[in-house]
Amino acid sequence: MAELGKENGAVSEPAVSPEAATAPGAAVSPETAIAQGAAVAGESTGASAVADAGAAQAESAGAEAGAGAAVGVASAEPAGAAPGAAEATAKTAAAGARGDVILEMIGIDKQFPGVKALDDVHLTLRKGTVHSLMGENGAGKSTLMKCLFGVYIEDRGEIRIDGRPVRFDNPRQALDNGVAMVHQELNQVLRRSVMENVWLGRLPKKYGFVSHKKMYDETKKIFDELEIKVDPRTIIGKLSVSQRQMVEIAKAVSYNAKILVLDEPTSSLTNQEVGHLFRIIGKLRAMGVGIIYISHKINEILQISDEVTIMRDGKWAATRLASDLTTDEIISLMVGRDLTHQFPENTNKPGEVLMEVRGLTGKYAPTCQDVSFKLREGEILGVAGLVGSRRTELLENIFGVATLGSGEVFLRGKRMDNRNSMRSIRNGFALLTEERRATGIFPLQGVQFNTVVANLRAYIARGLLSEKKMQTDTAGMIDSMHVKTPSQKTHIRYLSGGNQQKVIIGRWLLTEPDVLLLDEPTRGIDVGAKYEIYQLIIQLAGRGKGIVMVSSEMPELIGICDRIMVMSNGRLAGTLDMRNEQYENAQEEIMRLAAQYV
Amino acid sequence: MADARFDTQKLKDFFLNYSLYIILGLMIVVVIIINPAFLSVSNFINILRQASTRGILALGVAGMIVLAGTDLSAGRILGCSAAMTASLVQSVTYASRMYPGMEKDLPVVVPLAASIAIAVIFCLINGFGVAKLHLHAFIVSLGTQLIAFGVICIYIDSQKNGAQALSTFNGKFLNVVNGGFQIGSFTLPYLIIYFLIAAVCMWIVWNKTALGKNMFAMGGNMEAAAVSGVNITKNIMLIYLVAGVLYGIAAFLEAGRIGSVNTGTGLNYDLDAISGCVIGGVSFSGGVGTIPGACLGVIILQAITYSLTFLSVNPYLQFIIKGLIIILAVSIDVRKYLAKK
Repeated sequence: MAELGKENGAVSEPAVSPEAATAPGAAVSPETAIAQGAAVAGESTGASAVADAGAAQAESAGAEAGAGAAVGVASAEPAGAAPGAAEATAKTAAAGARGDVILEMIGIDKQFPGVKALDDVHLTLRKGTVHSLMGENGAGKSTLMKCLFGVYIEDRGEIRIDGRPVRFDNPRQALDNGVAMVHQELNQVLRRSVMENVWLGRLPKKYGFVSHKKMYDETKKIFDELEIKVDPRTIIGKLSVSQRQMVEIAKAVSYNAKILVLDEPTSSLTNQEVGHLFRIIGKLRAMGVGIIYISHKINEILQISDEVTIMRDGKWAATRLASDLTTDEIISLMVGRDLTHQFPENTNKPGEVLMEVRGLTGKYAPTCQDVSFKLREGEILGVAGLVGSRRTELLENIFGVATLGSGEVFLRGKRMDNRNSMRSIRNGFALLTEERRATGIFPLQGVQFNTVVANLRAYIARGLLSEKKMQTDTAGMIDSMHVKTPSQKTHIRYLSGGNQQKVIIGRWLLTEPDVLLLDEPTRGIDVGAKYEIYQLIIQLAGRGKGIVMVSSEMPELIGICDRIMVMSNGRLAGTLDMRNEQYENAQEEIMRLAAQYV
Repeated sequence: MADARFDTQKLKDFFLNYSLYIILGLMIVVVIIINPAFLSVSNFINILRQASTRGILALGVAGMIVLAGTDLSAGRILGCSAAMTASLVQSVTYASRMYPGMEKDLPVVVPLAASIAIAVIFCLINGFGVAKLHLHAFIVSLGTQLIAFGVICIYIDSQKNGAQALSTFNGKFLNVVNGGFQIGSFTLPYLIIYFLIAAVCMWIVWNKTALGKNMFAMGGNMEAAAVSGVNITKNIMLIYLVAGVLYGIAAFLEAGRIGSVNTGTGLNYDLDAISGCVIGGVSFSGGVGTIPGACLGVIILQAITYSLTFLSVNPYLQFIIKGLIIILAVSIDVRKYLAKK
């Protein structure tokens, strides 16, 4: 808060400095601008206790000049010099009216054992705007939101809603005060119905008993409104992840919250579904809901946000207007340094055919159907497709954790019998699973345990495990992977997502595999760490390993893969040869193939 | 070809979904083949009568299992409450009754209320341990099991004439418990009616009240329940409270059914109740189970015991058979939820 004040003080010249980014101009929306007109301008100034840049200017320079200034920021024109001055005034006035501060988080501190998760963080959210929260994993975004939602209680600092200080001891109180949140982990009771999940904690009642009819009708109404095509009576565990995510969003909407927090809501949505979500967000914004949007996807952020706050290492780094930001700026603000390239260059030369897969079909539907392909030494083969295109099942069938129906896997021309994971590891395969938290890490075990666990046979000396050998190997892994950890014995759950992922990749490398199957290797990992993972993957390919990489992020597939297979509804729809062919628009080509059998 | 496969899948699903009923049916058929005399109304009434008290106990335990916990103390709590009931319903003409000052039969609600009160206190201790101290239900109920056993021993030992079984109950009490509706030549025991009422009430609690929904939510995904604004502590305590009431009723009835209460009363009833629930598809992973399932599980278990005795199978062998049936029934039941890859 003190820092914010200082910055505001510094902005004596309106319109020029990017620090004025917190100005309400963020909320400019042409429709309402004209409707509401300039009459509201007076109200918009100085409404909040913490006078932000825009308001401060308005007070000092007069409403009109201030308003002009705010627009100036947005359109990079000098204050007052805009030809359409009247229109500009109207716009900003409206923006100011919609931009009433609804939530302030001031000087929030939160300490966890051994980690300072939040250090003097502040955030100001305006009514009817989307405020994005960005930062690398472990930057403290989710922690900050959990403080707001009453899951954690901040050690220091103040949270104000509508200017009134609040302190929530539990999520219930937050919900009662108009704060709803869609959590990153889908917190759902999988074996209960959709509608029960939506109304959990506030089940509609009639004569003291739960009214299933009311519950159904209400759910249906919300779903219809949001165009979600899901039967409220379905058991939620039977839905796809993206459907579950939409249900979770509908649930948050059903609270009629004035502040809505979306923590990585698009992590498992297809592009189409993201468009759907954005329409919902648009509706809510028009209704005056203040939305905090957490995501790693920069293009989404730029598309949907009014303002962006960037956090770094548990600290506030910057708050800017989305329209003032570029992808590169966001990345450098998040990482704290410039990243000129998003992807390292892949200069490897694929060699001989390493693995061949013929007619792979899983036994239990839904699964992959009749997939055949070849993988060369030193090749990075991407696998693209929509959620539910059975990419994961393909990897699981190769690796033998899913039951194979028919098909064969050859390694260097020799048929491999990967009937279970033990055999496939011995045969030189490794699988990095998609759900790091659920099937990757052993959260309550140390980094060392997590490193050596897939390769214990290598450490047996005279019938017992050799502590020294395990230590040496783990140290080597930490070193070569640049894992940031206080010690080998630190529980892996204390590491950031990126560092956890590096440990898991390190685990598999110790088994000396020929073929690495990577399932969403960069999911939920921050930009800086992503780059390192890409480098790592390219290095591994450079050492002659074959890499199959499933990813939902097309840019990264296009960025580092030699070839990209596109799967559609369990089948192989086509392969893009990125090395030898020129694609005008590879993303579109991938999307076209991905929809081929849907 | 495709049709044939579809049919076998359907058949498989049918067997999975109705495995319990099929097992029960097969068992009865086998017993009848071995000894056709088994096929009589009185045998079935007996099985249900014997299953009734354990069934009511199991209805309470089932809630704990749905919460992804368990209750090892149910049997000893039942023992405590049964001892309390027994001491209050002893016939006033019985010379060595526990309370010689008792000159007149108490109204039956008094021992019932006392029985429920004691069970509720123990259950709330368990509930507090789970909800507030964040102990696993296994651990906290292991503790209360020992405490309850100590209490029952002290209570029974505190009699003027030393530790002896509490017996010789007054007629009014015995009639309330062991009486029945006379329908022609056949008697429908009240016990079965009580069991039925308890089951219906619990079905309503589980399916029609917020408490029931919250219970499934908490058992299925505690975190989801918490972030949805469910008051975890309150709801867990309420589930334990309901269980306490059920244990109290079961204890009251059990005292009358067996006619004499000693320190061993209730031993292993918890394990029977847990086995019954589990056979009936109440999953130990939490968040899954139905009241009809739990009831049926208890009845199946009782039917096994009864029919093995009826066929005069070696009692040691009976244990082995029961154990195998539990494993078989549950392994079939879990197949419903196994996701195949």
